[in-house]
Amino acid sequence: MMKHRAIDYVLLVVGLLVVWQICHELVGEYALTSPLATFAYAAKELGDAHFWNNAGASALALLYALIIAMVGGLAIGLALGLNRLAGDVADPMLITLFSVPKVTLYPVILLVFGLGLSAKVAFGALHGIFPVAIFTLNGIRKINPIYVKASRSLNLSRSRTIFTVLLPAALPEIVSGLRVGFAATILGTLIGEMFAATEGLGFMLIKAIDENNVELLMSLTLFLFLVAATANGILLAIDHRLHRRSAAAA
Amino acid sequence: MSKAGWIRLVIVIAFFGALEIMCRIGWIDRLTMIPPTEMAEALWSMLLAGSITEDVLYSLRNTVAAVALSVLAGFVCGVIVHALPRLRRILDPLFASYYAVPVFVFYPLLVVIFGINATPLILIGAMFGIVAMLISTLTGLDRVPRVMFKSARMFQLDPLRSALLIKLPSAAPHLITGVKLAVVYSVIAVVAGEFILSSKGIGHRIAYAYNDFDSRTMYGLLLLLLTAVTVVTMSLHMWEHRLHSRWAKQ
Amino acid sequence: MNVLSQTSAAEHSLEEGARGAKAPHVHLKGVTRIYPAVANNPEVHALASTDLDLPQGSFFSLIGPSGCGKSTLLDIVAGLASPTEGTVMFEGKRIEGRPPEGVGVVFQEDSSFPWLTVWNNVAFGLRRKRIDKAEMAKRVDAILAFTGLSDFAQAYPAQLSGGMRQRVCIARTLVLQPRLILLDEPFGALDQQTRLLMGDELLRIWRETGATIMMITHSLDEAAMLADHVGVMSARPGKFIEIIETGWPRDRTSEIVSEARFGSITAHMWSLLREESQKAMKAR
Ligand SMILES: Nc1ncnc2c1ncn2[C@@H]1O[C@H](COP(=O)(O)OP(=O)(O)OP(=O)(O)O)[C@@H](O)[C@H]1O
Ligand SMILES: [Mg+2]
Repeated sequence: MMKHRAIDYVLLVVGLLVVWQICHELVGEYALTSPLATFAYAAKELGDAHFWNNAGASALALLYALIIAMVGGLAIGLALGLNRLAGDVADPMLITLFSVPKVTLYPVILLVFGLGLSAKVAFGALHGIFPVAIFTLNGIRKINPIYVKASRSLNLSRSRTIFTVLLPAALPEIVSGLRVGFAATILGTLIGEMFAATEGLGFMLIKAIDENNVELLMSLTLFLFLVAATANGILLAIDHRLHRRSAAAA
Repeated sequence: MSKAGWIRLVIVIAFFGALEIMCRIGWIDRLTMIPPTEMAEALWSMLLAGSITEDVLYSLRNTVAAVALSVLAGFVCGVIVHALPRLRRILDPLFASYYAVPVFVFYPLLVVIFGINATPLILIGAMFGIVAMLISTLTGLDRVPRVMFKSARMFQLDPLRSALLIKLPSAAPHLITGVKLAVVYSVIAVVAGEFILSSKGIGHRIAYAYNDFDSRTMYGLLLLLLTAVTVVTMSLHMWEHRLHSRWAKQ
Repeated sequence: MNVLSQTSAAEHSLEEGARGAKAPHVHLKGVTRIYPAVANNPEVHALASTDLDLPQGSFFSLIGPSGCGKSTLLDIVAGLASPTEGTVMFEGKRIEGRPPEGVGVVFQEDSSFPWLTVWNNVAFGLRRKRIDKAEMAKRVDAILAFTGLSDFAQAYPAQLSGGMRQRVCIARTLVLQPRLILLDEPFGALDQQTRLLMGDELLRIWRETGATIMMITHSLDEAAMLADHVGVMSARPGKFIEIIETGWPRDRTSEIVSEARFGSITAHMWSLLREESQKAMKAR
């Protein structure tokens, strides 16, 4: 099993590199740098303090945004999920808010928060909070009513019910929501940095675009993708495990 | 309308009412935001004067083309990947982390290749939308009950007929989810592309108005864009729900 | 119900008769089925070596503990699955993992198409054949009347009860006038009264079309009442413990349930099945 998984990853990486190289051959150096040149450039960037300052700024913004999105999303989802009517009212509204192309709101965010950390945190949280809330809400609403009845028959208090029955029962859904929310928060933070910041990897991206620095653009995207894919892979593994466990229990 | 629907309506009206009042009494200053009624009025006058028609049509055309491309390509790729479980296992990590990275940063690379015109915008929109459609297609095909495939074989259908007459309709609710997501992601990419580099389109006009401190134009356009996306995604969402309940044969 | 009786099955049985009356319509020899191990699941030996001959126009019922391989056997006869070993013949030709023309199946699971109206569900198979519109409409309407679905022709499956949906599936199969009808637990979703009535209808179809029927059921009564022969299967890996001949006249109806022989047949079936069912339950 494990060995299969490793081979799959190797195949994916090799496949992507081959496709990349082919695209590079097709469109030329000035539009798309080759994998090799990009790795060389990325290695150079990784040794540069300037890069790490920006990466640090992004990480900080991402951290704040993640905290807001996760805690906020969970609280919203839980609060709405506990009441049937509130859930019915909120569900389509949350989905609408989730589907709004928030990138278009960057001027509003800028006007409200100004250029800087709070704007990009706001952008990141705005992207991440809705998926977390939607998944949590649906997770709570889908709980088998038998569990709720059982906890009532055991005379559990409301908060005990939430922490010992509802949250564990909805955990697989919640973790899926956290995973989707995590990806959305990264995306949002980067978009925020592209349009509403003066430092961070997103800002470096938009500068690379302005200066037409294809090598830097490619290196940054590569770096971002690797980080996102790794973090996502870990969350995905947890996700799968939880879903399997709850499927086995059902 | 259901009770939940009425409550939702009241909430939306209350939200815009509160926004209106806060803008009018000066809690929100005019530079940050103009009252919603003024946004609507600005939009109306722009539509009447025809000053934004060209940009709106340009963005609309590009988005429609991008959505069409991503839906079609995403579906076809989804069917192919579904038929090759090994390939699917290999590509899974790629799909799972795809949306954590702002793929539209590749837009400038496409501009280098194709020039500043509609092609790079359409391509970037399609690139961003395609994976959502692909994933939904996979989910949809996964959920086709096995007995449907058996029925297709009993009716002696060839692979193409079986795909079109059984698999496609059987997976339809999930395919509509895919279309909905493809719309959302394509809009994000097209508008973001127009922000970054374009001489036409709604995104371009919004960015221009923002830099020009022209809040009437900016908010008028934002209102148009958000309303349009909301109407489209909500209609698809409702359609999706209807199909889901019909397909579930409760 | 002359629509049903104009089947090619009747002509076919004549042909068959000319070639040699003894050739069985369906013939299984040494058929086994092993589901290979996948991922974490071990291989499943679903079917032990099975022989079976179904004469043209016979009604065969299959009964056995849950999970003993009944649906597996049906899939193999339908050509939907290949046996691991052994041969399956239908009308003198080998079936190899491909459904032959002239075989109709009603599956255990609801297989009505939710995106089509009842009428279009039933017409689905006919549309794949070169039949003119008027003839098609006539056949569909006749079958709908026959299955009591005429009033729901324009309804979607989601608007019907589980039992009605199963009738849609039955109608969809019958309208093609198959010469071999395979039914997997077709009345499972119906209440007891409707079950008995549908059983009578099925006997009528069987008589009028001359088709061969193989039907899986969980109900001892149903098997004893409907079939000429009842195959009683053992727990997994399934094989026939005994094939009981009921000896009913061809024009029987559900009224035979009051006969003394009916009681002794079901009692005998249960004596065979009791132990096997216990084994099957423990195996879980
Ligand atoms: N596709 C498959 N892959 C692996 N094992 C299978 C598959 N289909 C069936 N089995 C196994 O083969 C055995 C026989 O299954 P089958 O569906 O034929 O039983 P059955 O007699 O029809 O049961 P029931 O009365 O519950 O319908 C079961 O143990 C089942 O788990
Ligand atoms: Mg079965």
